[in-house]
Amino acid sequence: MAVRPSISGISSPNGLREALQSAQYLADEGLSTAAYLSLALGKPLLLEGAPGVGKTEAAKAMGSVLGRQVIRLQCYEGIDAAAALYEWNYPRQMLAIRQAGEEYVNVYGDQYLLARPLLEALRAPEDTLLLIDEIDRSDHEFEAFLLEFLSDFTISIPETGTVRARTHPVVVLTSNRTRDLHEALRRRCVYHWIDYPSPELEAEIVMTRASSVARATADAVVASVGLLRQELLAKPPGVAETVEWAEAATLLAAQGAPWPEAFRRAIGVALKDQDDLAFMAPRLADVLPGEAA
Amino acid sequence: MTLPAGIQPLAAFAPLLRANGFAVAPDQVMGFIEAVGLLGPSNITDIRRAAVAMLAIPQDRRAEFDALFDAHFLGAALPQAVPADEEEVEAHEGTGETEEIPADPSDEDPGEETTATERLGQRALEDRPEEALALLRRQATHLPRRRSYRLRAAKRGRTPDLRRTLRDAVRRDGEIMTLPVRRRRTRQRRIVLLIDVSGSMQERTEGALRLAHTLVRHAERAEVFTLGTRLTRVTPALRLQNPKRALDRASALIADIDGGTRIGEAMEAFLAIPRYAGFARGAAVVILSDGLERGTPDGLIAATRRLRRIAWRLDWLTPIPGAEPRGLTEIAPLLDTLGDGATTEATVRHLLNMAKVA
Repeated sequence: MAVRPSISGISSPNGLREALQSAQYLADEGLSTAAYLSLALGKPLLLEGAPGVGKTEAAKAMGSVLGRQVIRLQCYEGIDAAAALYEWNYPRQMLAIRQAGEEYVNVYGDQYLLARPLLEALRAPEDTLLLIDEIDRSDHEFEAFLLEFLSDFTISIPETGTVRARTHPVVVLTSNRTRDLHEALRRRCVYHWIDYPSPELEAEIVMTRASSVARATADAVVASVGLLRQELLAKPPGVAETVEWAEAATLLAAQGAPWPEAFRRAIGVALKDQDDLAFMAPRLADVLPGEAA
Repeated sequence: MTLPAGIQPLAAFAPLLRANGFAVAPDQVMGFIEAVGLLGPSNITDIRRAAVAMLAIPQDRRAEFDALFDAHFLGAALPQAVPADEEEVEAHEGTGETEEIPADPSDEDPGEETTATERLGQRALEDRPEEALALLRRQATHLPRRRSYRLRAAKRGRTPDLRRTLRDAVRRDGEIMTLPVRRRRTRQRRIVLLIDVSGSMQERTEGALRLAHTLVRHAERAEVFTLGTRLTRVTPALRLQNPKRALDRASALIADIDGGTRIGEAMEAFLAIPRYAGFARGAAVVILSDGLERGTPDGLIAATRRLRRIAWRLDWLTPIPGAEPRGLTEIAPLLDTLGDGATTEATVRHLLNMAKVA
């Protein structure tokens, strides 16, 4: 395992945290430590957490900090190697054969190869960050396949040969934990569980993301989102919802709605499930941010 | 070979974790030691973070891990019972008195007398659940299936197989001789079994868990939870091959066995955890319960309604069919079937017939 204590000028967890901050992503120390270790040790970073805590955002922010292009592979049930690795461009191959007539033509050249995210990332390991998003949605077969990819960083194409990465590429995997990932996959990764941010941090995030929102509003929104997350809801509001709620309420307030009313009318950006709304309706007044302006 | 003194405590941490059921691989330990070196640990928090990240400690076992970490590195006393709270989600605690084992069902269930006679009659059948389980094993492929996103080559189908066509054509000098086709693959729908383990279901609990074990072992995908005063996920325990050991491990997990009944709240807890609710999405959810609920059934009804919308189908198998208590009669219209779960055989038949009923 090649240890690289310093990458793109980042040589400590704190350094990474500050860099992420300038990329408008506020990470806590646990995340910056795990992310730094994954970069330094050349291992994939596995981020797990509830939906909406900013897993994908973290990967994108890392991409911009490292000055790398983010290649995203969105997983889904039934994803297969053709969607993840490469596919031959059959129509072009056909045309080439027709055009060549009696001549010999090699239809397995690079120009007939359609690179999919994993191959793309292998070809330029120094310039890209591979984001394998929502790995928990894929099938077990695909997970097993990834296992091989993530330990060797090679892809073998039967017709042409093996593509090998010159260095270990930066890989970030995210999972919503709708199912357990296989132990073997977890073992190959540096692991971090992203929790909902602390109220102070979340208020900071609101201020960073939504410039129009006043500090008092941000604090009030964060406090009531915290209360909402303690309820048994089908879809507890994530960080993005907090930011949107603060923005939406600020917008309505600017148009003359009084404060508690503004929050109430904008509730649709925070609670996005009819059952949840009905469940909260009788007690909504207790949860809503009070006077904040 | 002796290790350098600085590394020894780090390396010695791994056996302790393994002894407590954490799967820690040697290369993870190496990674951990390297990571500690990289961080040039300024304090114990760095070491803890390195351990969590490099040893991939799952979030739901964090408390257990922290206790071991404190014991090993900080010399704290190991708590007597390390909370083995893997997959254990407490339903909201009510006030104390509901914690008691419910009184004899006779004073709250008007159908109790019929129940007693029926159960007597079923005893003979119950003595041979093995045959029913063998049937489930053999016929596991008849569990309901859904169409997958993925296509596979087939003899008949509507989607032309472009890749195969062109690949064949390339081989045959660009001539297309046949038109291969593909069709959607099928996969088994997840079966989510919710087993009531409260006192009133005492007689059926073991049989239900045996059935659950066979299901988990032989179905492509199945999840099993127990409902009582709280919600417990027992699927991992039931994956063990030996039925006795699997059942022992499952019973050890279930803290509320033969206790009170708060199915409604346990079901709400099930729905409130996105990961668990995700299991029910598009799945065949089967509840094995008599529906005897302490207090009002409002929560139970709301939870059922919600579950119905997530699941592909929702069935309720009660051991006393025909004698439904208050809550169950109100739920009945929401269900696909309110069926007979009095014996293992009846339950197995229901599971295997779900694909046809749909």
